[in-house]
Amino acid sequence: MPSVAERRLAVRADFPIFERRVAGKPLVYLDSGATSQKPRVVIDALAAHLAEHNANIHRSVYPLAQEADAAFESARARIAAFTGSDPKTTIFTKNATEAINLVARSWGAAHLGPGDAVLITQMEHHANLVPWQQICRERGAELRYLEVDEHGELSLAQLDAELARGDVRIVAFAHVSNVLGTINPVAEIATRARAAGAATLVDGAQAVPQMPVDVEALGVDFYAWTGHKALGPTGIGVLHGRRELLEAMDPFLTGGDMIASVSQEETTWNELPFKFEAGTPPIAEAVGLGAAVEYLDKLGMQRVREHERELTELMLSRLAEVPGVRAVGPPAGRERGALVSFTVEGMHPHDIAELLGREGVCVRAGHHCAQPLMRCLGVAATARASLGVYNDESDVEAFVAALAKGREVFGLDG
Amino acid sequence: MADLMDDLYRDYILEHYKRPQNFGELEPHDLEGLEHNPLCGDELGVHIRVAGDRIEDIRFHGHGCAISQAAASIASEELKGMALSDVGELDADWMIELLGIPVSATRRKCALLNLKVVRGAVTGDNDWPT
Repeated sequence: MPSVAERRLAVRADFPIFERRVAGKPLVYLDSGATSQKPRVVIDALAAHLAEHNANIHRSVYPLAQEADAAFESARARIAAFTGSDPKTTIFTKNATEAINLVARSWGAAHLGPGDAVLITQMEHHANLVPWQQICRERGAELRYLEVDEHGELSLAQLDAELARGDVRIVAFAHVSNVLGTINPVAEIATRARAAGAATLVDGAQAVPQMPVDVEALGVDFYAWTGHKALGPTGIGVLHGRRELLEAMDPFLTGGDMIASVSQEETTWNELPFKFEAGTPPIAEAVGLGAAVEYLDKLGMQRVREHERELTELMLSRLAEVPGVRAVGPPAGRERGALVSFTVEGMHPHDIAELLGREGVCVRAGHHCAQPLMRCLGVAATARASLGVYNDESDVEAFVAALAKGREVFGLDG
Repeated sequence: MADLMDDLYRDYILEHYKRPQNFGELEPHDLEGLEHNPLCGDELGVHIRVAGDRIEDIRFHGHGCAISQAAASIASEELKGMALSDVGELDADWMIELLGIPVSATRRKCALLNLKVVRGAVTGDNDWPT
């Protein structure tokens, strides 16, 4: 069995941002759940594309445009392979939010009406909640929620009970909760939903950056994620969809590039995936994300997962030693993703984030775009430390030390 | 621990945070307001009792960070006895000066939430103070 040192990743030097200091201190970046830092290979790939291969795609025959086209489509192929998907059913969007809106709108318009229900969960990010709220309201469908238990987990028994009502048309849920860190049993939920005749959509924004994801093997109908949390640039999201569903759906946005032919009276749609990519797509961003997944592939996603799992356990155990700290989500020893949301008695999360920030430690504070979940947890806000491939034990120690110092500023005992 | 002397979290700010003045509900009251800080979901409500054309008594309730709670606490002492017509004239500078600490752009709404709620309750103007 390899030693801890051999198992651990040591890739911080690949990320130029860690060469800088913040407030005179080394950067301790614990906000990868919000956005990841970028490795040199991604920055270089973006710059090289813009400097050497830039042209619009799909419409031009000159050699430079063919280069741009090849770069864009080879990035799509690499990204599709990274998540066990087919390039034809791998659609580029602006972000995960747009990918979910695409499904809520295009699929929802054809499948939801009075007497139908959409089943989501109490742990959803607003991105996988508000689009369903809106389409349900417009279509006269009902929106129902799976509850989150005291371990921050869902109940398959409640899922079965909901599905047994016979009106659920789609189950939409996070792969990994951005607040609790809970890893939901995606394949299990998808199997049960399918047996009940319901489609599934998974919000994989937090999952793809930190664990192996094989959309085909998971057996879901739609899987949405975003590039910038997975070491790629902002401005690009990904939707994987089941081919027969995507083919039956009307377009989400309409305009250039998504058409087969247009007359004054009517338009026919382009083939997949272009039917869902209206307008000039994020070309350089796709190239950058392609470089990001190639980098992650080289590290190996299982190794990324092990690295971050060990650091998360260390963070949970070190946090437990700080008086007044309450971590939410699955307790130590249970499977969880690479983030810890917590509160500190006597200190508001904003004040925690402010004081940690002065020590160069970046954590997020607030409702994390999950206000209904915050109400379930009985808190207005939490602070959240989330990990990336570049973090190591020193980051966890700096974080805990800064937290102790912050408690001293607030005159808290112990 | 000299390095723990803090520009933002001064002793009096933390004192107001831990033991806020005029915290709670006021029954009966004549005016009330309730707002959320969109940044964090924090909630701040105010009850005001009016005598003649002045604020006779005021209480605030809800939850928030040290900056928002201290701002509400410190302002409540100033607001007691103030003419209602003067409340509409209070601006962001009034609140920031009263707090007496350097408030960064990201924490500005924390500092101004209370004034927004009070002005809304008294004048119906629900805009953020500028």
